[in-house]
Amino acid sequence: MSERQPLVEVSGLAVSYRFAGQLVQAVRDVSLSVGAGEILAIVGESGSGKTTLANAILGLLPDNARVVSGRLLVAGQDIGRAPERLGRQLRGSVVGLVPQDPMVSLNPTLRIGRQIAEALIRARGSRYPGLDAEVVALLEQVGLDKPLLRARQYPHELSGGMRQRVLIAIALAGDPRLIVADEPTSALDVTVQRRILDHLERLVKERGISLLIITHDLGVAADRADRVLVMKDGELVEQGPPQHILVAPRQDYTRALIAAAPAFGNRPRPAAPPPAGEVPLLALEDVGKHYRLPRLKGEASSLRALDGVGLEVHRGQTLAIVGESGSGKSTILRIALGLEKPDRGRVLFDGEDVTGFGWRQFRPLRRRMQLVQQNPFAALDPRFSIFDSIVEPLVSFGLAKGRELEVAARRLIDRVRLPTAYLDRLPRELSGGQRQRVAIARALALQPDLLLLDEPVSALDVSVQAQILDLLDELQHELGVAYVLVSHDLAVVGSIAHRVLVLNKGRVVEQGPTGQVFERPASDYTRELLDAIPGRRLAKAS
Amino acid sequence: MSRYLIGRVGQALLVLWGAYSIAYAILYLLPADTLAIMLSASGLEIDSLPEEEIARARAYYGLDRSFLEQYFDLLWGALQGDLGQSLTQNRPVAELLAERLPQTLSLAGLAILLSLAGGIGLAYLTAYVRWQPLKAALARLPSLGFSIPVFWMGLLLIQVFAFGLGWFPATGNAGFESLVLPAVTLAIPSAAVYAQVLQRGFQCVWREPYIVTAYAKGLSHGQVQARHAFKNAALPLLTLIGLQVGNTVSGAVLVETIFTRSGVGRLVQEAVLRQDIPVVLAVVAVSAAAFVAVNLIVDLLYPTLDPRIAHMPEVSQP
Repeated sequence: MSERQPLVEVSGLAVSYRFAGQLVQAVRDVSLSVGAGEILAIVGESGSGKTTLANAILGLLPDNARVVSGRLLVAGQDIGRAPERLGRQLRGSVVGLVPQDPMVSLNPTLRIGRQIAEALIRARGSRYPGLDAEVVALLEQVGLDKPLLRARQYPHELSGGMRQRVLIAIALAGDPRLIVADEPTSALDVTVQRRILDHLERLVKERGISLLIITHDLGVAADRADRVLVMKDGELVEQGPPQHILVAPRQDYTRALIAAAPAFGNRPRPAAPPPAGEVPLLALEDVGKHYRLPRLKGEASSLRALDGVGLEVHRGQTLAIVGESGSGKSTILRIALGLEKPDRGRVLFDGEDVTGFGWRQFRPLRRRMQLVQQNPFAALDPRFSIFDSIVEPLVSFGLAKGRELEVAARRLIDRVRLPTAYLDRLPRELSGGQRQRVAIARALALQPDLLLLDEPVSALDVSVQAQILDLLDELQHELGVAYVLVSHDLAVVGSIAHRVLVLNKGRVVEQGPTGQVFERPASDYTRELLDAIPGRRLAKAS
Repeated sequence: MSRYLIGRVGQALLVLWGAYSIAYAILYLLPADTLAIMLSASGLEIDSLPEEEIARARAYYGLDRSFLEQYFDLLWGALQGDLGQSLTQNRPVAELLAERLPQTLSLAGLAILLSLAGGIGLAYLTAYVRWQPLKAALARLPSLGFSIPVFWMGLLLIQVFAFGLGWFPATGNAGFESLVLPAVTLAIPSAAVYAQVLQRGFQCVWREPYIVTAYAKGLSHGQVQARHAFKNAALPLLTLIGLQVGNTVSGAVLVETIFTRSGVGRLVQEAVLRQDIPVVLAVVAVSAAAFVAVNLIVDLLYPTLDPRIAHMPEVSQP
């Protein structure tokens, strides 16, 4: 690596934020270098300063952030405290960015082609004759079908994975020497994530571009990087080739990250489930559901969301439903909750046929069946204190008031291992993992028999994911509650589910005990899902 | 799309009819005798006339008929384009409107243009400036703008620009110069609202991740603001413009009184005082039509500015 001329050279860098008159250090004394053509990964939890470091390299620190000390050389120029003009010259042409969340990172009111052309014009001048042709060529290179059509479309007409590809095209348009990918795929399904990262890696290698991947998932980093840097609380605690870091981590923090990454963590399989009773708690029998689509020429008039789906959940057990976006996972939950009526088949709760139940008939059942949603940042009312949120189900069913509510709230918040003092706080004062604990406490308030968990950890860091999964496991042992766990990621469910159901395009492709599905997958689709788990590549090789 | 358009035009007509009917009902229920007001306008006391003559006069003006009969009569006339006869001025309402409407239209039109230019310009400048003290000062201006009462602002402008500097005439409707001060007076509150909403829009948009994407392409602050921030920040403004047009009509009443201009505003003020039902109804119908038309245009413009909005049935998919 020594013969390579470093493209980025950071030495003793410190960055602080000014919040309400106070200085907060986000990055402390970080030194690193990125060589030409090198793939580097920075791994750390939320708040470890990795995104601040990436923004500093792009010269895009927010107004309240300041480089306190150290040097930040990009292509030989110090941009740490340079005027904005210098940063502008480097952005796009030397350093490109692939941002975190593809759903919100494209301008919703500009056509895709225009947004790519804008970056091309910066690189080639406004009179560049081959502009349109190159836009189409770029769209093709990033692996989008029908590039001519895509160029004319708006972002909302594309799926998340397609938008991420467009963002990669924008980053490539300026012909940069380094691409910074900030959590590039954490908002996407694992299979899509893998395809896009593979593609990005190939493009970068073909062109000799350096790549800096910022991620919370050591699995993603280990699969692709030449060198992994581990960050904690703004400091670089460890760096080296992925094999070294994985085999002989020097820091406890790194060990914790390794344990959290599903592919390397030797998280135990769940203990044997309690014996299944005669009558399943929740059963779907041959359920089908179609959605009507608006009439458009040449397109199908309805969408088959579910087709002949059958499943059983027994008391105290966990059933995981795994599939990509659009596979019908959420529809199953909506049907189980009675929010949607199936077109075909029956829904049985505790042996009782609830398929045709109206809102009133269903209401008593809601005490026994609760939902935990995907995004803990949006699932809590921002103006409700944690106490209000947790006791709301008790209040709305009129089960307790006054003193009793306080007792119940203390008991519940204790259950999810949060300090009692948090009851007076507002959701925005809590981290994502803490909010998800609150959401679980709220779901447990009515002492339900069944919890429906809709992607309960996909919005969280891997290390926090592991904590939440452990908590769910503990609660099941203590309370004997049954779970239906919906996820797009097979790795997430491996340590907690007793049975796994793999769903693809509304059909069940595989169903069985977790060990069997993981070790002897019966369908190609399941194998694809298993291969997509980040970190598998390295775990297999070693 | 055409089905959507037909539906919207139908709705617009319904709103027009509603405004017309409600205005009629309110005017009819006012506790005053229309005939007495008409007579006193021509210098006669109603008590001094004999009963038969009053009855004949009522029959002549159609005032002896029932609430509904008079209503349908007026409505039928209006549908055929005949807005009736003014009760107090003895002239066809259409003629009165034709005389006054251009005055008010030019005033309102100029005021709308000024308010858009002023409001959008101020907000754009506020977003562009990066020196915090100036930015903070500019951000406070809109609240100052709409906390000043319109009549006071009008008098202040007259004092300074008409009496003090002598640049513009204080009153009257002769020529373009006389239009400037009233239009500015009328524009200020609307401009303040536009500026406030657009400033807020910019604040929100600057935090959007696509702004970071734009900066990462190497675009300058000005380019990012013009190409990526402005259009997205201005979307809420469009709805507001539709609503503010209604305010401009009611503001015209006040401003025309201050600057003694003979426009529709003054006409309707006098007509309400004298309970001249046909005139009031005609003005209500015209301003409601303007309001409905502007809002229809706004709704049709929306999909071209925001591609996410399409006038098509929603897909019922979770």
